[in-house]
Amino acid sequence: MIIDINFVGLIITSIMASSVPLILASCGELITERSGVLNLGVEGMMIIGAIAGFALMTVTGSLVIAVFGAMFAGVLISTIFAFLTQTLITNHVATGLALTIFGIGISAMIGKNFVGIPGKEFPILFGGLKDAIPFLSPILFGHSIVFYFAFALPFITNYFLKKTKIGLIVRAVGDSPDSASNQGINVRLVRYLCILYGGSMCGLAGAYLSMIYTPQWIENMTGGRGWIALALVVFSTWNPIKILIGAMIFGGLTIIQFHMQAIGVRIPVQFLTALPYIVTIIVLVVISRDSRKIRLSTPSSLGKSFYKDH
Amino acid sequence: MHKTLIRSFVSSLVFLFTFTVTAVAKDVKAAFVYIGPTGDHGWTYQHDVGRKAVEAAGYKTTYVEGVPESADAERVLRQLANSGHNIIFTTSFGYMNPTNKVAKEFPNVKFEHATGYKREHANVSTYAARFYEGRTILGTIAGSMTKSNVIGYVASFPIPEVIRGINSFTLAAQKVNPNIKTKIVWAFTWYDPGKEAEAAKALIDQGADIIAQHTDSTAIVQIAEKAGIFAFGQASDMDKFAPKAVLTSVENNWGPYYVDRVKALANGTWKQKDTWHGIGDGMVVISDLDSAIPADVRTKVNQLKKDLASGKVHSFTGPIYDQQGNLMVAEGKTADDGMLAGMMTYVKGVEGDIPK
Repeated sequence: MIIDINFVGLIITSIMASSVPLILASCGELITERSGVLNLGVEGMMIIGAIAGFALMTVTGSLVIAVFGAMFAGVLISTIFAFLTQTLITNHVATGLALTIFGIGISAMIGKNFVGIPGKEFPILFGGLKDAIPFLSPILFGHSIVFYFAFALPFITNYFLKKTKIGLIVRAVGDSPDSASNQGINVRLVRYLCILYGGSMCGLAGAYLSMIYTPQWIENMTGGRGWIALALVVFSTWNPIKILIGAMIFGGLTIIQFHMQAIGVRIPVQFLTALPYIVTIIVLVVISRDSRKIRLSTPSSLGKSFYKDH
Repeated sequence: MHKTLIRSFVSSLVFLFTFTVTAVAKDVKAAFVYIGPTGDHGWTYQHDVGRKAVEAAGYKTTYVEGVPESADAERVLRQLANSGHNIIFTTSFGYMNPTNKVAKEFPNVKFEHATGYKREHANVSTYAARFYEGRTILGTIAGSMTKSNVIGYVASFPIPEVIRGINSFTLAAQKVNPNIKTKIVWAFTWYDPGKEAEAAKALIDQGADIIAQHTDSTAIVQIAEKAGIFAFGQASDMDKFAPKAVLTSVENNWGPYYVDRVKALANGTWKQKDTWHGIGDGMVVISDLDSAIPADVRTKVNQLKKDLASGKVHSFTGPIYDQQGNLMVAEGKTADDGMLAGMMTYVKGVEGDIPK
């Protein structure tokens, strides 16, 4: 088979489009985890964003309201998590799991009335340039604004964490809440805000699925992408730029596999489905062999409750 | 004191007895057990449309959704049978053993199991639809309308039902256009819009200009709409999701059968049977043909629909060869139901292997 350069461009475009929700959710969760909070409710927050976005789009007819509404819904549901883990000092893991189960259930309940309704078309940017340059055009042009935002987000997140004062505060809170607290930083407040920010990005990721990627509402439509996003944060060793690479790999696996099937190459599907998790475990094993590296990359207080505050 | 207690007990028993007897005679209560949520807009959704038809016919119904095909199914069935339901429809293949097991314990309750083949007790019936007849129509349309001669097909799991559909589709397409290729991608899911969309995109990128699907979500027809190509809807009429792309849909229409069976029970004429209905009996419905279908194809399809309904044409009419060129069905013969039910080989013209 002759490999056509345009064909490769199309595959890369598909991979990028499928990695958008992973990038958004992972970058949000990364900030949450950098502040020392482990929120396993990503899947639940995403599905809430998906139904909120779709429902608001159907009811109000406004895409802008729908997108921001989905982000707000993510904020709302993560507020529950923040209140429980930060104010009532519950266990992060258990609360996060509960959040996922809660999100899936309540989205199905709200979604009952929105099944079987077609979504609206989401406007694309630079649609006219779609065929201007071979190979590059489909990759660069003709996507939704959320798509461009997702690919800018890892760089913004990186800049935020490394170059800004607030980023430094977030890292300080995650690495040593006690010292941060002694420096006069309100640890609980910082963690609250980081959790809410993570919720908003997960909400946006869900809205991308239900409004842009496959414009429709179906129960459980996030299909485990929240868990992949969580694995991705670990895979990236809490580095936003690596999230970008990881999301392309994780998102690309299914697409490459489908293309191979259509060409006639067979790889066991079960293996490919498990691959993101296998890769994550390998990365974990590799980084945990080097105690210095793991100390440098993992937020030291990740998942630990912070009791003391002034 | 003692006597009055006994008397009141006996009288209440008598009352209860007469009450239940009349209840059985007059109000048949039907229960439905679903594998997925009624909100899937696919398989379960269509069964629930059937349930609503029973309700509209004046019978009481209940349903339990999202029941796993495990010991949970038995528990749910037992509970439904215990709580006064006279007929229970179990709407997924995996309920086969639980249905038969519970049916033994409740000989007075009728059980109707969809897509299965076990009828171990007199109170168990089975029913299924000949969806492959619908796929013969889709194949005919696809073969007539493709320009690239590459037709994409998103499949779910390698089971006879799906393979039968692929074969029926391909045979019909080849009949009108011997040059076509059916490219198959197995998504290994019944519904996951994201995955289905990715599978469809892969097929479109590889040159498919018409896509058929044997998965349940509407993601594929939406992708086809965006790409400006054609597609077919599955389970329900998907036209409103992709008005330009959807040429027609194969709809699962369970309502008439459900009403029929519940009425039969109410009239006392319910008998055990194995039902496999197709276009002729209205269990498989072809949605309105899109205006993009040329007039000559439309005429051909309408005739084919009539012939399939009357039995004049069979989807699997010989000679049919498998991929290695071995004869599966001889010239002039048609495949019998046993062969159709266990079909696990591709016919000649389908590309690739069946995944294991």
